[in-house]
Amino acid sequence: MINFAKQKNPMPEQEANVRNHNFQEVALGYSPEAAVREAMRCLKCRKHPCMDGCPVMVRIPEFIEKVAQGEFEEAYQIIRKTSSLPAICGRVCPQETQCEGRCVQATKGEPVAIGRLERFVADWHGANYGDEEILPAKSNGHKVAVVGAGPAGLACAGDMVNKGYEVTVYESLHKTGGVLVYGIPQFRLPKEIVAAEIAQLEAKGVRFVTDALIGKAITVDELMSQEGFESVFIGTGAGLPAFMNIPGENLLEVCSANEYLTRINLMKAYLEEYDTPIMRAERIAVVGGGNVAMDAARCAKRMGAKEVSIIYRRSAEEIPARAEEIHHAVEEGIIFRYLTNPVAIKGTPEGHVTGIECVEMELGEPDASGRRRPVEKRIHGLS
Amino acid sequence: MKRFEILKKRKLNNNITWLVISAPLVARKAKPGQFIILRTDEFGERIPLTMAGHDEKAGTIDLIYAAVGRTTMLMDRMEEGDCFADIVGPLGKPTHMEGLKKVCVVGGGTGNALAYPIATGMHRHGIKVDMICGFKNKELVILEEEFRKGTDHLYMVTDDGSYGEKAFTTDKLKQLISEGHVYDEIVAVGPPIMMKLVCQLAKEHGIACVASLTAYMIDGTGMCGGCRAIIGGENKFVCVDGPEFDGTLVDWDELIRRNAYYAQQEAHDRAHVCRLTGGVRYHD
Ligand SMILES: Cc1cc2nc3c(=O)[nH]c(=O)nc-3n(C[C@H](O)[C@H](O)[C@H](O)COP(=O)(O)OP(=O)(O)OC[C@H]3O[C@@H](n4cnc5c(N)ncnc54)[C@H](O)[C@@H]3O)c2cc1C
Ligand SMILES: Cc1cc2nc3c(=O)[nH]c(=O)nc-3n(C[C@H](O)[C@H](O)[C@H](O)COP(=O)(O)OP(=O)(O)OC[C@H]3O[C@@H](n4cnc5c(N)ncnc54)[C@H](O)[C@@H]3O)c2cc1C
Ligand code: SF4
Ligand code: FES
Repeated sequence: MINFAKQKNPMPEQEANVRNHNFQEVALGYSPEAAVREAMRCLKCRKHPCMDGCPVMVRIPEFIEKVAQGEFEEAYQIIRKTSSLPAICGRVCPQETQCEGRCVQATKGEPVAIGRLERFVADWHGANYGDEEILPAKSNGHKVAVVGAGPAGLACAGDMVNKGYEVTVYESLHKTGGVLVYGIPQFRLPKEIVAAEIAQLEAKGVRFVTDALIGKAITVDELMSQEGFESVFIGTGAGLPAFMNIPGENLLEVCSANEYLTRINLMKAYLEEYDTPIMRAERIAVVGGGNVAMDAARCAKRMGAKEVSIIYRRSAEEIPARAEEIHHAVEEGIIFRYLTNPVAIKGTPEGHVTGIECVEMELGEPDASGRRRPVEKRIHGLS
Repeated sequence: MKRFEILKKRKLNNNITWLVISAPLVARKAKPGQFIILRTDEFGERIPLTMAGHDEKAGTIDLIYAAVGRTTMLMDRMEEGDCFADIVGPLGKPTHMEGLKKVCVVGGGTGNALAYPIATGMHRHGIKVDMICGFKNKELVILEEEFRKGTDHLYMVTDDGSYGEKAFTTDKLKQLISEGHVYDEIVAVGPPIMMKLVCQLAKEHGIACVASLTAYMIDGTGMCGGCRAIIGGENKFVCVDGPEFDGTLVDWDELIRRNAYYAQQEAHDRAHVCRLTGGVRYHD
């Protein structure tokens, strides 16, 4: 049976003006009924274009068919065959440019809500089979090391352990998860979900060593020559924050999103019982238009800022963040200033920020990335 | 030996404590001038501390810290047998020693704790080391025996003359230079204002000057940018590019400002420091 609705089944969410004051998850997930209804929108396309958009080739129409039949655990097992982190991917993958972006339903209306269905299936499994005993995989006698416990390292560890390798993951921070724990906030990806995925890997036999900075404490050469690893996967992430090199960047209330988000998400500055200090201000500007900027802006709002603005130099068409994050940010009262580019941050002689000076931009010819290049229009102040 | 266990705890003065901690992974590679980042427990901050020493065979590192705020006051309440939640390192670049023949190391106050591994490390490396230790008064003097044994010459000065000579470290340095001591390099470790003055003096005499900077840190691996300082007009990350820099290039006023940023929030935190033993916090 096919459901001919043109729109996705909506997913229940916390009210915008309630959730912008707390760190609990924004989207609440489908009920089994809503999931079945949504799954029935899938046309089971022979050529399954959705799968071509998925970097790990999840067998999308197959798992969705199981959902439509109410066989949620079977659906989970199908996803699990090719994806190590379904509960996470269902929440944070940019579906609109991957699977859902290719879905044939999108030509006449909204695509099938593949991400929401993936999330539903993973959460359903967690709730019903989460405490099932997992047996360690049988060893094939080969040792491999993974450097970095972010999504790349975790996915690699998962695939390797399933194949029988003895996997050790080294992580320099005190917690495993990489950006999933230090960058992406609790309200978008609850840390309990990340912890549960990692616990599954541990149960299968993956060994995690935190507080281990590879390159300094142990070199990659030593991993191979002294620690007996036959192969090393390096998944250390993007790393360094880029500053803009404009005047005023070292004023006291200026920090990178990495620092701000790490203090809040990894170091839990939003919880009273943690010692982590955090910058608090009434009016906050966030420069940039990616997921990182959305997360920083939405955290700032939740930390009590009255007015939070996103400053982005191109227009709404080009903004790179996930569509859902932008939609949520707007609902939560974040102000978007498009075609605006900062040129200097202003401050007092004592070093406190008083404002940010921006230029108005307009879009010119497309650049190498195919996006229209922003060019300066005229100077105006924004304080 | 448990992971990150305090094996020995010794008070050097009212405020400063020496810890020996089990951390084999860190001890293996530690070099003078490098530091670690630790967390007391799940609720604690990550704070950087210089390694005052290490023993590769025993798998231990030494830390000397001053109780100045919440975390270090919590550490005062941990006992031998208690464990830190986390210690990661070695971080930062080791002290540069190649090609040096004679140096003067200038330590001020708590900075002497950070100067200790640098001065004695250089001495072990075969460099002649004159050490100037400056303190406010006699009560605050630390590590005198250790410096006397581990360097070529120790000059002890206090601001009020209650111990050693009555002088500021900069006065003593000026005197040594004018008496004809020739140094390839001067190393300054102490309050930023002292480091700023020592570096000015070195510059006037055309002597290379290295300063060990302290900055707020989180990850210590170059990921957050919170530790940035302006060096020669450019932003550098103290955790990976430092902590030692050419002192004549440091923007000291900016560094002093940034280091004071969280002072207010933290003064509030200091008002209620809980007890922390056996990895458990007790709110009293
Ligand atoms: C705030 C934020 C929000 C984002 N939101 C989204 C989103 O919604 N959707 C999306 O698809 N993508 C998003 N991204 C991008 C996505 O998170 C990254 O592409 C992804 O995390 C990269 O994974 P990784 O495992 O390669 O690196 P990371 O997640 O960065 O993990 C690398 C890990 O390696 C560790 N490490 C580094 N050096 C060493 C070393 N020498 N020794 C040991 N360990 C080391 C690090 O501590 C870290 O834990 C976001 C990124 C950020 C910062
Ligand atoms: C590379 C490096 C090595 C260090 N080595 C040592 C060491 O060997 N022994 C030692 O006692 N201290 C050392 N420090 C300083 C130490 O990190 C701080 O004293 C500590 O973070 C204070 O934490 P707290 O929570 O106890 O105090 P807080 O409550 O955080 O701060 C108390 C006071 O100290 C100041 N302060 C906080 N952090 C720093 C900092 N990073 N640098 C300068 N001032 C700060 C604050 O402005 C405040 O006035 C080092 C710092 C760095 C960056
Ligand atoms: S493209 Fe859309 S409708 Fe077709 S199989 Fe994939 S999810 Fe179903
Ligand atoms: S401490 Fe984060 S970059 Fe230096």
